[in-house]
Amino acid sequence: MSYRKPQFRHPRLEVNDLGLTHRDYEGALSTLCAGCGHDAITAAVTQACAELSLPPHRVAKISGIGCSSKAPNYFLNHAHGFNTVHGRMPSVATGANMANRDLIYLGMSGDGDSASIGFGQFAHVVRRRLNMLYIVANNGVYGLTKGQLAATAELGMKNKSGEASLFTDIDLCVSALQFGATFVARSFSGDKAQLVPLIKAAISHKGFAFIDIISPCVTFNNTPESTRSYDYVHDHIVTAAVADFVPVKQEIRCENSDADSEDICLHDGSILRLSRIQPDYDAHDRLHAMARIEQVKAEGKILTGLMYIDPEADDYHEINQTTDTPLNALKQETLCPGNHVLQTINDSFR
Amino acid sequence: MTQCQSINEFVVRFANTNGTGSASANNMFAKAIMRMGLPVSAKNIFPSNIQGMPTWFEVRISEKGYLGRRGGAPEMVVAMNAQTLGEDIDSVRAGGYLLYDSSSMLPKRLEREDITFLGMPISEICRNEYSDQRQRQLFKNVIYVGALAALLGFDFQVLRQLVSEQFKGKDKLIRPNLYALELGFQFAAKQFSCPLAIHLERRDLVGDKIMVDGNTACALGAVYGGATVVGWYPITPSTSVIEKFSSYCQRLRIDPASGQKNYAIVQAEDEPAAIGIAMGAGWNGARAFTATSGPGISLMTEFLGLAYFSEVPLVLIDVQRAGPSTGMPTRTQQSDMLTCAYASHGDSKQVLLMPSSPYECFEFSALAFDLADRLQTPIILMTDLDTGMNFHMSRPFGWDDAHKYDLGKVLDAADLDEVAAFARYADIDGDGICYRTLPGTHPKKGAFFTRGTSKNELAGYSEKAEDYTNNMQRLNHKFATAATLLPEPVIQVNAKSASVGLVFYGSTLEAIPEAVALLGEQGVKTNTMRVRGFPFAAQVLDFIDSHDRVFVIEQNRDGQLRTLLCNELMIDPAAMTAILHYDGLAITGEFIAASVQESMAAQTNQVAG
Repeated sequence: MSYRKPQFRHPRLEVNDLGLTHRDYEGALSTLCAGCGHDAITAAVTQACAELSLPPHRVAKISGIGCSSKAPNYFLNHAHGFNTVHGRMPSVATGANMANRDLIYLGMSGDGDSASIGFGQFAHVVRRRLNMLYIVANNGVYGLTKGQLAATAELGMKNKSGEASLFTDIDLCVSALQFGATFVARSFSGDKAQLVPLIKAAISHKGFAFIDIISPCVTFNNTPESTRSYDYVHDHIVTAAVADFVPVKQEIRCENSDADSEDICLHDGSILRLSRIQPDYDAHDRLHAMARIEQVKAEGKILTGLMYIDPEADDYHEINQTTDTPLNALKQETLCPGNHVLQTINDSFR
Repeated sequence: MTQCQSINEFVVRFANTNGTGSASANNMFAKAIMRMGLPVSAKNIFPSNIQGMPTWFEVRISEKGYLGRRGGAPEMVVAMNAQTLGEDIDSVRAGGYLLYDSSSMLPKRLEREDITFLGMPISEICRNEYSDQRQRQLFKNVIYVGALAALLGFDFQVLRQLVSEQFKGKDKLIRPNLYALELGFQFAAKQFSCPLAIHLERRDLVGDKIMVDGNTACALGAVYGGATVVGWYPITPSTSVIEKFSSYCQRLRIDPASGQKNYAIVQAEDEPAAIGIAMGAGWNGARAFTATSGPGISLMTEFLGLAYFSEVPLVLIDVQRAGPSTGMPTRTQQSDMLTCAYASHGDSKQVLLMPSSPYECFEFSALAFDLADRLQTPIILMTDLDTGMNFHMSRPFGWDDAHKYDLGKVLDAADLDEVAAFARYADIDGDGICYRTLPGTHPKKGAFFTRGTSKNELAGYSEKAEDYTNNMQRLNHKFATAATLLPEPVIQVNAKSASVGLVFYGSTLEAIPEAVALLGEQGVKTNTMRVRGFPFAAQVLDFIDSHDRVFVIEQNRDGQLRTLLCNELMIDPAAMTAILHYDGLAITGEFIAASVQESMAAQTNQVAG
């Protein structure tokens, strides 16, 4: 294992619209276990941001506590990050977003962080329609404390020490749909082709976007009995709808010729090209999506892909009617009414 | 029977049922007294309930200017709650007066020989005058205020004026309210010999003072201090801080061109989320706050630790109530001092401000945002239910238009271009306060990872012993810097030769002038020190050292400020005697004077023995 990231750059590394290469979107060297699914998520986020030509410093990375929450350190070095406390990322992301509506908010969380200690905060950040991308790296176990089962582990799933999950799992996609998320997807860290366009579309989506990414824990939950192992997930994936992301300026062809496809215009003018692998899947119907997730699960399989999107929904600031200027940029002249006004207020108390 | 006699120095207690609209009538009564140029204080003693439970409102008129709760039996009780009639009759001072609703017969067993019963068939009058049930209820309150105006010698024009102002814009309501006032006034003037031996005479002792509650003042301070983001969760007695902030923002913070809001108030799912929102906004460069009370403090403690250690500015307004646990939600106390001062696990310390009046609530609330940005740490405003929810006569609010917000050490893009390497946690200036950057500032420089884990000067994760201890020592150094920036204690030297020092803070101030006077009458000369911030300014230790006997007066059971003084200033606990009042009612001057005397007598006996 190397301890330092090489600084070398190939002189002909591809550049994006901002003249930046992939290297400009990378972060510190990962300290996660070799083969951790989260590193693949890191790579996908890096690629998605680079391909979207996002100015890296205009992204705010916010996380809670856990292996997943360490991940933001490993991408977007030029972005500010905030590793908060366990399960509380959503509230900090809310406050940050209130302060500056112009940045891109990327929340990174895990199954313990979102489905257990932070379930309440997860529910309410979804409900308040915060404009952000919320990623859960879902491996069904607590990695940092060495493999305890998480609330997303299905009934009967065994962890490395042989302990079986006694209760039914919390499905965060179903929860997010119930709480009112306007973009809900599930993917697999081992499927970059599916994941990268989903991340790009989720970032371009205005409002709350949720991606639950099954991300195997190679150390504690990659056993033959696990439903979160690389092999199991590979063998049991069923895809609802595949998203292809078409940036604002560039027209690309969708390769899925055998599937029914649909173009959805996103807030920033980019296009989400949806290919329905399941011909009868309706990604605009929330109840349908919830039912399908549960149906596929009942068949012992995992539904992935884009499950639901509402590109028209308002986000928090529109509902609140917040000023277009970021609140953190308002000057004292605007904020402070001055002594003259205060004296009239005094008069109302006499 | 010797009747109580007093001009401008007595207490009137109203016994009401909550949810009957008595509060606005009672407040009108208090405000009218202030407009007659008389010092007045009003304390609401209310249940943790919405409707149907007893509530009392105690108005003290004091020409001498004593505005603390007086305690003891009131000279007059207005008994409007049948449920508590017995105890209300018992509560009247011998020689005092009871104004009651005589629509139904007073049970014989409740009669007293030593007080004057002033019966007035208020319900009956209302039944005859009004057909609507709600009106019958509401106008009862206005009628007894009218009667009191006659009994206590009010300037009736003042009341008329107040009614007109109160219903400005709802002019339809002015006439019926004036009519009800007249009904009460005329009845009392005809039936009783007015004014009573206790009554008011106009004076000119109020000056430009205002009458307002501390929560409104905190809210207004936050508007003036530039707060734009609020995360909150409702809890008594702090809720009205946010409600008032919201209503002032609707008046003062709407962008005139677009009609959009220059603020965001997020009602959170719980207290941790409320402070998390404030913290996220503080991290991102907006001035942000939350308000809560004891139980909320317990829940917010996790974030206070994170904010302390990761050095993120935020303002927290703690309107203290009686604990522990749910305690007495509608009673006052100063019992969160220790938990706030050392909030969160590990070695952590928080900066506290202790306002004593609405004036200071405004001043400190606005100041807290400057201090939070300057010190990059939470600033906790330690107010309490008495200050926060009761109306107090206060110096008018003032704002210096020349004052510029102190946004602290924040590097912008141009600054970052100048620096060779940005080190978030390097103490460049030697005051323990480092330079920070805000997200989104610069494409190449200044980004860092804010974290609750140990870090090195470059904000990188570090478990190196030296990195950890250096950081912890710097935080201590920053805390020492804080002591120099907080409001200094207010020291009042009444007699140079005085060897007794009274130390106190917060709402206790209202009781102090009376305590000092009572002690003075007994030949005990005292100097006083009102502590206004934690960490303590240097003058605090000097004052304690320079007095032979020091009493630390607090509204909690355990002497929490005294513990802080012992702990932080290495003062011998034997050097400070605790005077503690913690029954949930505001402390009184009489209690303080009696406790000090008792303690001094005990010591004298000990010495003599």
